[in-house]
This record gives sequence, C-alpha cells and structure tokens, in this order.
Amino acid sequence: MGTTASQLGKDLLSEYQRFSELLSKEDRNLTSVPMEKVLSLPELKSNPFRKRICHVFSTSDMKDGSLTFEDFLDLLSAFSDSATLEIKSHYAFRIFDFDDDGTLDGGDLEKLVNCLTGETEDSRLTPEEMRQLISNILEESDIDKDGTVNLSEFQHVISRSPDFVSSFKIVL
Amino acid sequence: MYFQRNFRWQEIPLHLYPVLYFFFVFTADEEDTVIDSDGRQERAKDKERKKERDRKRRRNVARRASSARKEGKELEDRPEREERRGRKKRDKEGKGKGKGGEDERQEEVKNDTVAKIQKNFSNENTRKLEQKEMEVVGEEDGDTEGKRKNGRSKKDEKKEDKEKHESSEEEEDEEEKEGEEKPDVLSPEELEKLKEEVDERKKLISTLRGKPWPMRKKLLTLRESHEFVEKYEGALGKGKSRKLTVICYRDFENFKTACVPWEMKIKEIESHFGSSVASYFIFLRWMYGINMILFGLTFGLVMVPEALMGRPYGSMPRKTVPRADEANAMDFAVLWDFGGYAQYSVLFYGYYNSQRAIGWLKFRMPLSYFLVGVGTVAYSYMVVIRTMARNANEDGGGDNNSFNFSWKMFTSWDYLIGNPETADNKFASITTSFKEAILEEQESRKDDNIHLTRFLRVLANFLVLCCLAGSGYLIYFVVRRSQKFALEGLESHSWWERNEVNMVMSLLGMFCPMLFDVISALENYHPRIALQWQLGRIFALFLGNLYTFIIALMDEINLKREEEEVLKLNMTIWEASLYNGTLGANSTAPPITVHPADIPRGPCWETMVGQEFVRLIVSDTMTTYITLLIGDFLRAVLVRFLNYCWCWDLEAGFPSYSEFDVSGNVLGLIFNQGMIWMGAFYAPCLPALNVLRLHVSMYLQCWAVMCCNVPQERVFKASGSNNFYMAMLLVILFLSTLPAIYTIVTIPPSFDCGPFSGKSRMFDVIQETLESDFPAWFGKVFSYASNPGLVLPFLLLMVLAIYYLQSTSKSYKQANLELKKKLQTQNEENKKKTKMAAQKAAMDLEEAQNARSESPRQQRNNNASQQSYRGEKNTVAFI
Repeated sequence: MGTTASQLGKDLLSEYQRFSELLSKEDRNLTSVPMEKVLSLPELKSNPFRKRICHVFSTSDMKDGSLTFEDFLDLLSAFSDSATLEIKSHYAFRIFDFDDDGTLDGGDLEKLVNCLTGETEDSRLTPEEMRQLISNILEESDIDKDGTVNLSEFQHVISRSPDFVSSFKIVL
Repeated sequence: MYFQRNFRWQEIPLHLYPVLYFFFVFTADEEDTVIDSDGRQERAKDKERKKERDRKRRRNVARRASSARKEGKELEDRPEREERRGRKKRDKEGKGKGKGGEDERQEEVKNDTVAKIQKNFSNENTRKLEQKEMEVVGEEDGDTEGKRKNGRSKKDEKKEDKEKHESSEEEEDEEEKEGEEKPDVLSPEELEKLKEEVDERKKLISTLRGKPWPMRKKLLTLRESHEFVEKYEGALGKGKSRKLTVICYRDFENFKTACVPWEMKIKEIESHFGSSVASYFIFLRWMYGINMILFGLTFGLVMVPEALMGRPYGSMPRKTVPRADEANAMDFAVLWDFGGYAQYSVLFYGYYNSQRAIGWLKFRMPLSYFLVGVGTVAYSYMVVIRTMARNANEDGGGDNNSFNFSWKMFTSWDYLIGNPETADNKFASITTSFKEAILEEQESRKDDNIHLTRFLRVLANFLVLCCLAGSGYLIYFVVRRSQKFALEGLESHSWWERNEVNMVMSLLGMFCPMLFDVISALENYHPRIALQWQLGRIFALFLGNLYTFIIALMDEINLKREEEEVLKLNMTIWEASLYNGTLGANSTAPPITVHPADIPRGPCWETMVGQEFVRLIVSDTMTTYITLLIGDFLRAVLVRFLNYCWCWDLEAGFPSYSEFDVSGNVLGLIFNQGMIWMGAFYAPCLPALNVLRLHVSMYLQCWAVMCCNVPQERVFKASGSNNFYMAMLLVILFLSTLPAIYTIVTIPPSFDCGPFSGKSRMFDVIQETLESDFPAWFGKVFSYASNPGLVLPFLLLMVLAIYYLQSTSKSYKQANLELKKKLQTQNEENKKKTKMAAQKAAMDLEEAQNARSESPRQQRNNNASQQSYRGEKNTVAFI
C-alpha cells in the first residue's frame, strides 16, 4: 500500500490520509482495515447503518466487513455529491437489505425500523405499531404485491422522494 | 462449446465433478484439434506470406508483453498479467485440469481471432468479440444480485475474461497496423455494424457513471471502451483528440467547484447538524449571489458613472451640503444616520443630475438609472421564478402522499449527521413521526374535548390578531411622532427619539415571534401545522409592519410635497429679490453667482425615502447581530460556566443552549431582501449594504452555529420547505415592488433633485429617449404598440395561453394517474398468472410423484428420470 501512495493524485491524498490514519503503525502492511476501526470514524459513529455500510462495501472474503482502500473509495464515491440517484438508491437498497437476499421483506423492514428509532427501549415501537407500519409500507411500495420490496420498486419509491439525494451523503 | 459459455463452478453438484472433468478434457481436445486443422487449412492456402507475418506478430506480442510488464502502471495489473502468462505456458504444456476449461476457451478464442485476422476477416471477428463482451457486460449489469451471491471467484473470472478480450483486441490492433493490408474496403453492412458497436460503447461510457459497480470494474470497462472507440472511430474516420478536451473539461469542472464560496464551511455544518441547517446557509449563499448581481448592476451602471463623469461635488445645490448643516455634516452621529455628506453623495437618489448625457461617453444617466431600477426587479423575478420551477421539477411531479410511509422509512435518515446529539434528536423525531403517521392513518385520534380545543384556537387567533394590530398601531404612532420630531429639528431630541422607528420595528420583529410561540402552545396543533401557522403569523407581522411603515412614509411624502410647493413659490420670490436687491432692473448685467450651498432647495422626498430604508436595514442588521451575540453566545457562555455553581442543571434544564431556528432565520432573510427591493430605487447603495451584511452574517452565523447552538429538537426536512420559502420570497418580491412602482408611476419627482427633476413623471425618460435618440419611425411604432387597442388583446392572448397550458398540464396529470393504475392492474394480473402457473406446475409434480410412488416396480425408470432431471439442472447451469 505504501508504494501506491506516490501514485495517488492530489485529490485522492486526503482520503488516503484518512484511510491510513485508521491503520495503526504495526499493521501498516495490512491492506484492509477491520470493521471496528472503520466504525470509529466520527462520520460513521452515530449512523445506525454503519455496520451494514461496511458489509455492503467490503469485498473481503471473510465477510467481516473490513475495507480495503479501494472499498473505502467506493464507499466515499457512492456517498459523494456527484453520485447519481441510481447509484445511491442501489446502495441504499443493499444497506437496507439486512439478510442479503435481494429483496426487502418484513424482517428487513422491521430491522430497519428498529435502526431508525434508536437503541433505547422507550423509543421502540410496539409490535402492533410495527405491524401496522410495515403493512402500510408494503401497501405503498410493493407494486407487484409479492409481499416484499424489490430493487426496482425501491428505486421507484426513492426516485420520487425530494430529499433522498441530499441526505444520502457522507462528508469526510 | 455451447455450455462452456458461462461456466459456473458453484452451480454444479459436487458428485458430478469427476464426470465433468473427463467430459471436459475430451471436448476441449476435440475443439482444439478442430481449430488446429482449421488453421492448418488456412495456412495451406497462402503459406509464405502468412508464415512471415505470423512470426512478426509473435515477436511483436512478446515485445509488447515485456514492455507492459516493465511499465507496471496499474496496481493490480501486474499479478494478473503474470498469471495470464503462466496460464499460457500451462496451456502450451498440456491442457485439461478441471479449471483450465475457462482458460482454454480464452486461448481458443485468441487463436481463433488470430486465424481469422489472417484471413482478413477482422471486422466480423471483432463484432463477435464485441458481442461476447457486451454479453458479459449486460449480464453483469443484469444480475448483479446473483453474482454477488456467487462471490468473488466468478467476478475474477469475468475480469480475466475481459482482460483476455482486451489483449486479443490489442493484438488485433497491432496486426492491423503492421500488416498494412488493412481491409480498405468494408462492406456497408459491416460498417454499419461497427458504427453501432461504437455507438453502443459510447453509450456505455456515458452511462457508466450511473452504474453501481465497484470502481475498479468501472475503470476497466471505461478504459477498454475508450480504447475500442478510439480505435474504430479512427477507422471510421471521425472523432479525434478527445482526451485533451476531456482533461480541459474536468479541470474546468474542478475549477468551478473550487469557486463556489464557503463550500467547506457549509459542509462542516452539514456534517454536524444535518441538511436542514445547512439548507439555511445554502439559501443565504444563494441570496448573496443574487445581491452580488444587483450590486454589480447598480454600482457599475449608476454609481460609478455618476461619480466619475457627472458634475463634481459642490457644483450644484443638489450636490452640496446646505449652509445650515455644514458645521456638523462630518459628525459621526450625522453620518451614522446617513445625513450630512452621506446624504449628498452617490449613495442617494437626490445627488444625481438630470443632465441627459454625461461625460465624454455621452452616458445617458437618467435613462440608465431608470432601466437599472426596472432591471433589478425584473432580474429578481426571473431568478426566483426559475428557481421555483427547478425545485418543482425536482419534486418529481405531484403524488406527494402516495409514498408517505415509505419515504419516512427509506429516506428519513440523514447520513450526514455525525454528531451523537443530533443523531439522538433524529432518532426521537423519526420515532414520533412514525407514531404520528400511524395514528393519522388509523384516524383513531379522538378529541375528548373538542369544544375546549376550538375555543382555545379561536382565543389564540384572537390574541395573535390583537398583537398584530397593536404592533401596526405602534409603528404608525412612532412614525408620526418621528415626523413631528423631524419638523421640530432633530438636534433637540435624544438618541432614542431619533431612532425610535427602527428600534421599535426591530424590537417588534424580535419579541412578537416569541409571543406567537407562547400563544401557539394553546392550540395543540400537530407540530408541522403549528410550524406553518407560526410562519404565517410571523409573515403577517412583518408584512403588516412593513406596510404600516410604508403608509406612514406615504404621509410623509405628501407632507414633503406640500412643503415643496410652498418652497417653489418662495424660490421665485427669493430669486426676484436677489435680482432686485443687487442690480435693480438692469438686464445686461452678468448673472449673479451664488454659492450652491446658499441656494434654497426642496425637501427631496426621494432621498428621504431612501434614507429611511437604509436606516431600517442598518438597525435591522444591528439587532440581528446583537441578538446573536447576546441570545446565543452570551447565553451559551453563561450556561456553560455557571453550570459549575448553580443549583440546577443549566444545560439540561431551563435556559440550556439555544437552538438554531432555521425557519425564523430564513424569514428574516426574506424580509430583509424585501426591504432591499423596495428601497433600492431611491438608495442605490442598498444592494452594496446588503452584500456586506450577508457576507458578515455568513461568517458570524457559521461561527455561532458551530460554537454555541445545539441541534434542533425537531429536525425538519430540508427540501420539503424549499419551495415554500421560495414562494414566500416571490410574494415578498411582489409586495415590495408594488409600492415602489406606485411611487414611480403616480408621484411626480422633486423639482430640484434626482435624475428625473424637471419631468412630470419618472417614466417620461423613456419617452424622451425615444424621441431624441431613436429614428422617428421607431417612436411611432412604439406608440402604436403601446396603445390600449394592441395591449389589451395581447394581455388577453397571454391569459388564454396560461389557461391552455394549465389545462394541458392537468390532463397530463390525469393521464399519468391512469397509466399508473393500468400498470398496477397489469402487475396484479401478471402476478396472478404466474401464481396459477406455479400452482399448476406443483400439481403436475405432485401427480407425477404420486404415480411414481404407486408403482415401485418402475425403479429403473425413476432413476433415469432423476438423472435426466439432474442433467437438465446441469445444462441450465451451463446456459
């Protein structure tokens, strides 16, 4: 990794710096950063989807969510200002797809709601509310009525939303 | 060969591996021989030439490969290349070995390619290759999901696959260059196909950015496509030197991004407080841009020409401080009130001369003044409406309610939030919004005491109306009082009495919203509705205040004009007395020179209006800054440091830190802008002042937000209210241009000051220009065009056009809705059909199984069918 730094453009340098800060001195020779280190970034610390984000962008074989520099760049590019709605919605779908089965089913949606309402017990929704909410969501966005939200349905919903693109961003 | 195309190891049952292995080796050998014989046949046809070229090619390839290895320009290229070379060797030694199948195919393809090139069939060949590649690309595009499941190995395979294609292409390229027998005659169909290929590649390049692929894959595809396009575009004889323009374009884009001011500041705030607070600063920046342009217009076309080319200070009464004021014209107190030298300068309307053309440029000053006044308003209208239209487009056309829950679910998290406190607030607000939405949906919310609520709401509205009326009266009273003070002379009054109007207006603007906030607690509305009410009330308050102010100003204008009439009479008497007193009736005497400071002059109501607005802006700015410093900074400091020695927790309890009030700040900004638009005609310095103000408040507020504000309790969406604010701005723009236009059109200008002095109306300057600067026919045409007979039908036509456009847009919306319905029903039907088909298939399977279990004697048959079933599965996997 050290040899590649000299070939990076100026605009990449700051990202590389941030990335290499995550690697401590002894494991400089490693090419990928373990997930715990990535999660300690202040930009990700308060994000409820941080683990999902790491898993989605990780290309490691161990499925441990560790990121190489290239994965890190992929992450930043998907969350950048100039990424298109298509890219953003695609990655958002994969982030929300907790069990990686290619559709958002009831379980995924429940986990998603729990992520959004925070960890504390008092802010959780009651099971009744949860059921109501999920059925409402499926009613709205499940166009082919198969009980799950697939990618194209998701993108259809997202593309109408006025503020998805402006909020699906991470600034380092 | 057919099943090798998309070979997937993961989908083959384990126990079939040995079988496959033999099968594979066998077919591979067979195919190789076929190819070999093919090649031999070809070579037999024209041995000599081909052999020579073949040798050349090999040498070339080797050379190129080594050079490429030396370069080693890409991160991952080297290992892959080496791997490939290794594989080549392996291939030569002896093929087979399970996994080699893929590689073999590659080699075959390569050999195939070479052979065909040698036959001068290069075009067809590339087409094939391209098709394969496109297949690969399309497939990857299509089933990313599946691919992901299959893990990395397949991806790698594909990558290698692509590399091979690339390399074979390169070789081909080389061949073409070297062989110099490039087919100079392409058949039109092939040309057509090639063009299509190139176009497809170009399309791929242009859409590549929108593809959700990892960066490395994108880069590979991009490079490859670029190479392809460049090569064949050259062959087709078009398109050159794209690289330079691309680089230039990119640099230009980078430059443009670097030029956007305060980008980093806003980003920083965005990452702390989320996008809604940042939207205020983006709005502020946008406002700054508009004011910059207004400032450029007034400064460049009005103030600078007058200052440079107009008559100098002291040459005319309107450009000189009167004798009575000269003593303290330079006092700071006077200057701060924009009196004294400030009043008699380019900053105000009264200073400008009515001379038609000034300087050696023959600059038409009065015309320019008038046109700039109109132009600033027109420009503002244009910008605001265009922004509104763009925002409306981004909203995606209507159906806001159809995805209420889904949006709450999928888009409510703001990924920019990097502050734990903000994140907690966000969690809370999302939870409440979910709960509220569910409650609304259920409509089970029963008001246990609807009468009480109604009564309270009526009471609240009554109280608010009282507040509004009171504040209106207060302003009217104060303005009248200040007129009285002005008549008596300002010197005899205290500072407070002199600045009463502005102070009262600012204080009202500060405290009334708080009062409204308290009152709205009575009403028990849904928070979003409550916010709208609150904004509406503040809007009404500001507007009421502004209009009372304007009405009071109108009174004052009328007073001044009466004064002016009196003075005009006095002037003639004064002049006569001047003549009589010195020379009697001797008309041949030289004209008497009186110092301009001594000549009596009219009150010049235009300058007075300009001054009032400038004072208003200044005091408004001051109050904003002071509230910021006291209300935010001082409070934060006190809370922070007194917390160590206080009996309750100040940070969590009563005073706590202040929140950043997005809506209030935006409203303040909008009204400030309204005042600028209103007063800019009479005080050309106003846009400059506003630019200064916005510049300072950008830094000050950025600092204040970062150091002493906490994120809002309820985090509102940024874009939801965007167009709402814009609409408000438009209303304000309209309402603020109304009085300005009214005064311009109806009230005659002062007789002895300003660029329009001596004319009966300000817009006469247009008439004058038409008469003297344009040919006669133009004036005629203009007068015809402006007569009511033409204007009325034109207006009618515009109304009709608006009506027509509106009705078409309505019908489009209708059609959209219907299409949506159709889509939904079709989807449901499809769903039903597939369900039926699946059921039928399941029934069939069941029947078959039943039949099988009924006849246990058919064991062998059963086995066979199972095998065939497996075979099917395998072929499916291969295909």
